[in-house]
Amino acid sequence: MSRTAQLKSTAAVLEPRTLNEALEMRARAPDAMPLAGGTDVMVSLEAGVIDPPRFLNLWRLDALRKIEDTPAGGVRIGALCTYTSLGRSDLVLRHASVLIEAARTVGATQIQNRGTLGGNIVNASPAGDTLPVLLALDAVFELSSAERGARLVAAADFFLGYRQTALLPDELLIAIHLPARNADDHTHYRKVGTRLAQAISKVVLGARLRVVDGQVVEARIAWGSVGPVPMRSPSVEAALLGVPIDVDAEAKVAQDIRPIDDIRSTADYRQRVAENVLRSFLRSVVQTRS
Amino acid sequence: MIGEGLVRADGQAKVTGRAVYVDDVRPEGCLYAATVRSPFAHARITGIRLDPDFDFSDVTVVTAADIPGENVVALMTDDQPALADKVVRHVMEPVALVAAPTREKALAAVSHILVDYEPLPALFDPERSRGHEPSLFGSDNVYSHITLVHGDPDGAFASAEGNADVRIIEGTYRVGLQEQLYIEPQGMIATHRVDAEGAPGLTLFGSMQCPFYVVKALSRVLGHKRFNVVQAVTGGGFGGKEEYPSLVAIHAALLALKSGKSVKLIYRRDEDLRATTKRHPCRLRYRTVVEVRTGRLLAFDGHMLFDGGAYNTLSPVVNSRGVIHAVGPYRCENVRSEALMVATNTPPNGAFRGFGAPQVQFAAERHLDRIARELGLDPLDVRRVNLYRDGDLTPTGQTLKDIGAKIVLEAALERAQRPLPPGNGSGRPGGGGQAARLAAGRGLALAWHGCGFTGNGEANLQGKADLALEGRDLRVYTSSTDIGQGTETIFPQIVAAALGIGVGRVSVAPPDTDLVPDSGPTVASRTAMVVGGVVLKAAQALRAALASEVGFDGDFDAMLDARTSDAVLRVREQYADDGTLVWDPKTYRGDAYPTFGWSCVIVDLEVDLDTGEVLYRRLVQATDVGRALNPVLASGQLEGGALQALGYATSEEVVLDERGCMRNDRLTNYIIPTALDAPEMETVLIEIPFAGGPFGAKGIGEIPHDVPHAAVAQAIERATGAVLDRLPMMPERVMAALERRR
Repeated sequence: MSRTAQLKSTAAVLEPRTLNEALEMRARAPDAMPLAGGTDVMVSLEAGVIDPPRFLNLWRLDALRKIEDTPAGGVRIGALCTYTSLGRSDLVLRHASVLIEAARTVGATQIQNRGTLGGNIVNASPAGDTLPVLLALDAVFELSSAERGARLVAAADFFLGYRQTALLPDELLIAIHLPARNADDHTHYRKVGTRLAQAISKVVLGARLRVVDGQVVEARIAWGSVGPVPMRSPSVEAALLGVPIDVDAEAKVAQDIRPIDDIRSTADYRQRVAENVLRSFLRSVVQTRS
Repeated sequence: MIGEGLVRADGQAKVTGRAVYVDDVRPEGCLYAATVRSPFAHARITGIRLDPDFDFSDVTVVTAADIPGENVVALMTDDQPALADKVVRHVMEPVALVAAPTREKALAAVSHILVDYEPLPALFDPERSRGHEPSLFGSDNVYSHITLVHGDPDGAFASAEGNADVRIIEGTYRVGLQEQLYIEPQGMIATHRVDAEGAPGLTLFGSMQCPFYVVKALSRVLGHKRFNVVQAVTGGGFGGKEEYPSLVAIHAALLALKSGKSVKLIYRRDEDLRATTKRHPCRLRYRTVVEVRTGRLLAFDGHMLFDGGAYNTLSPVVNSRGVIHAVGPYRCENVRSEALMVATNTPPNGAFRGFGAPQVQFAAERHLDRIARELGLDPLDVRRVNLYRDGDLTPTGQTLKDIGAKIVLEAALERAQRPLPPGNGSGRPGGGGQAARLAAGRGLALAWHGCGFTGNGEANLQGKADLALEGRDLRVYTSSTDIGQGTETIFPQIVAAALGIGVGRVSVAPPDTDLVPDSGPTVASRTAMVVGGVVLKAAQALRAALASEVGFDGDFDAMLDARTSDAVLRVREQYADDGTLVWDPKTYRGDAYPTFGWSCVIVDLEVDLDTGEVLYRRLVQATDVGRALNPVLASGQLEGGALQALGYATSEEVVLDERGCMRNDRLTNYIIPTALDAPEMETVLIEIPFAGGPFGAKGIGEIPHDVPHAAVAQAIERATGAVLDRLPMMPERVMAALERRR
């Protein structure tokens, strides 16, 4: 019965030096697990949860560490950008300060120095700290393969099931595109995780409301840790489109989320907390505007 | 020297990574060990076989059949086997051991030891243990049952009926398991040696609090004492390395004997969390007769039910401390305090900082809050009217003198004067910002803690210490271990102060049972106060011996200059009390402890009304330490202990599965506070000297863990009106209580 996990010190590691080389290796060796910062992979490996025959180490690919303007006025973030580097970027601050807020709650400093935004996305944990924010910001993921080149997939279409994503076996996540900040947007991030660092969330809320002349013209409410995938909240979003801001929209939360009892918390608690943190956000938007 | 905040002797090596922990050592040709553990809470073992398809050629396997002496972990009773033989009584119980040239091979071999079990009915509910089936311990599953009676509680309850001036107030309180969570898991290395007489034997080197516990336990299993035990640098203990390392050492030794090689046995974190001892859970029912006008305690009737788990370990001593501390630091002339410690099929519970006192004083403080609530009184006034004063008798009939109860209360109140945080949601770390809804509250709790062993414990033990003059320098030899609390720093301070020399000339010998005398275990807040006192006596004896050698008593260096020999001068002293303490362990009457520590804790916090999470803002504690030998280390002990209690309060929950096995066996899901979660701390050291301690020092290791969790419960109640009488107050429970309140 005891866990017989062991570190496979003999596991082969493929070491591409360029993105093209990485994509070719990925195509030739789809069984090689891509390795970015390793902050999830190493823990899973040690716990015996994963047992890949080899790794594709992406860490040297500096080309994936750029943060740059996009022609559309937004920002393109290389998949290997660490949580720490997001916090140091003026571009990210300008367009997506809420993403920096989320990045600052991941693990603790050491994890933030090593863990990457791309890793958080591809790992696709329902508790991934940044994922609800990416959903709320309408992020678009740039995936690439040696054979077909790049394609774009909206965050909302990326998370398919528990730890299942739209990433194909020969693809790598290259970059994350975020649209330009709109002056009418109110954004919010809330992670509920019992302690203030080194916490795995019980509930995560990423939210964005675009309010024009007192009317909500766009609503993005996204959740983590309340279902098998990070998810948008369509019923709440629909209820919010209108005027004035419906601060009782949290009543719709139950229609959208599927929390469970697990080792960290209970379904009841998660649902109640989701409703509460949403209500407090909506009230704060009303107060800010009045 | 005394009272100086000298830098800790072990600090630099630890923060620079040079300190050598047991897992840093790899002896030549060392084998790696792993443990085959029971998957059942209760089962009969019908066979142990080796998988014929697995290559065991380089694997050493040990079962109970390989034990040369007795199959027992000798402690208070001999109920716990070193390796389960016919029956397993808890999940994760060791059944067999393996050692192999690599850790990977050892771990793989574990799953190829095929153990046949016949499951038996298991017992998990302590309420249904005493006198019930299955039979786990003795005739009735009771490890310890103590009833302490003081005054006439029956008469007081009887005369309360129909008396409008008094009221009977009852409450039930519950506390859960808590993990010690030393940062370094359990670990031991057994190596072969030849002793000074040329006899073959073993050396056990590992992480531990009590080297002579290991000697006692291992000698029974081996049937001889041809071994020594050496403490490695130890990454925390908190009681979790009091008795448990005996088992780890036995296992490493058995494998080393059978394999003929050195063996290293290090627990994985998850294994350590699932297998090792925890703080005893407890259900407490308190009934009191109180004066309606003031809340004064007229009679107390308390019943405690502790869950000891599958083996006795040190549970009777926890039960004892629970009985004695049950009322808290409050005077009551009519007391019945009854505690039952029963067996269940969960892993054994054992020593943990506070040793019963944190459980019962949570109930005592919550009960005073209940009295205040039911009578419409201020909880602080209820404490003031009941707090011990000089000359009061404790429930064991001990007369208190020079006590700090009121002094620590006033000192903490004075320091805490600054107002509460605004509670408007600003500055909520971890996200939430302006949107968070926070309610601020302040809570206060008081503790007493008997220092050192109970009753005649110290007199019976006669803890010893040696001091040697080696050249012009001195070396202290004790079995007291530094587990992070500062032993290696304060013993030299004591010797240097006594001899009038620089502290740099005094070193501490590593605890090696070949070299040091038995000073008693490093437990019970006794190292500074009791062993430190023996070290001081040794310094005085050494001075006397030197004076007689050189013919005069004067400046220490002048005496050294006058020596004609450079022979090592070594003296030994042992503990002896002054004969004034009288204790009857049969009736629980008399002087339970040589002295008590006193503490007042004030916690400022905010409750997040959306999530039930508690955010700690500030913790003020005023504690009577007798004399702070090293105020920096003393404050460190008090602050660390308080933070551990805050974890006990609101985040540390051990989740058991249906087999009694800890499910949240990772640091990611057993939630101890981080530095970010810690409040601003202010620690006031009150010094009311204890004549029996070195320079007046009292024990302080445990008292900071006694009541911060009770102060938290009061603060949550004051902030929100939510009443919580059960630990831990996880956010889920706080939310439920917030909803009940509506």
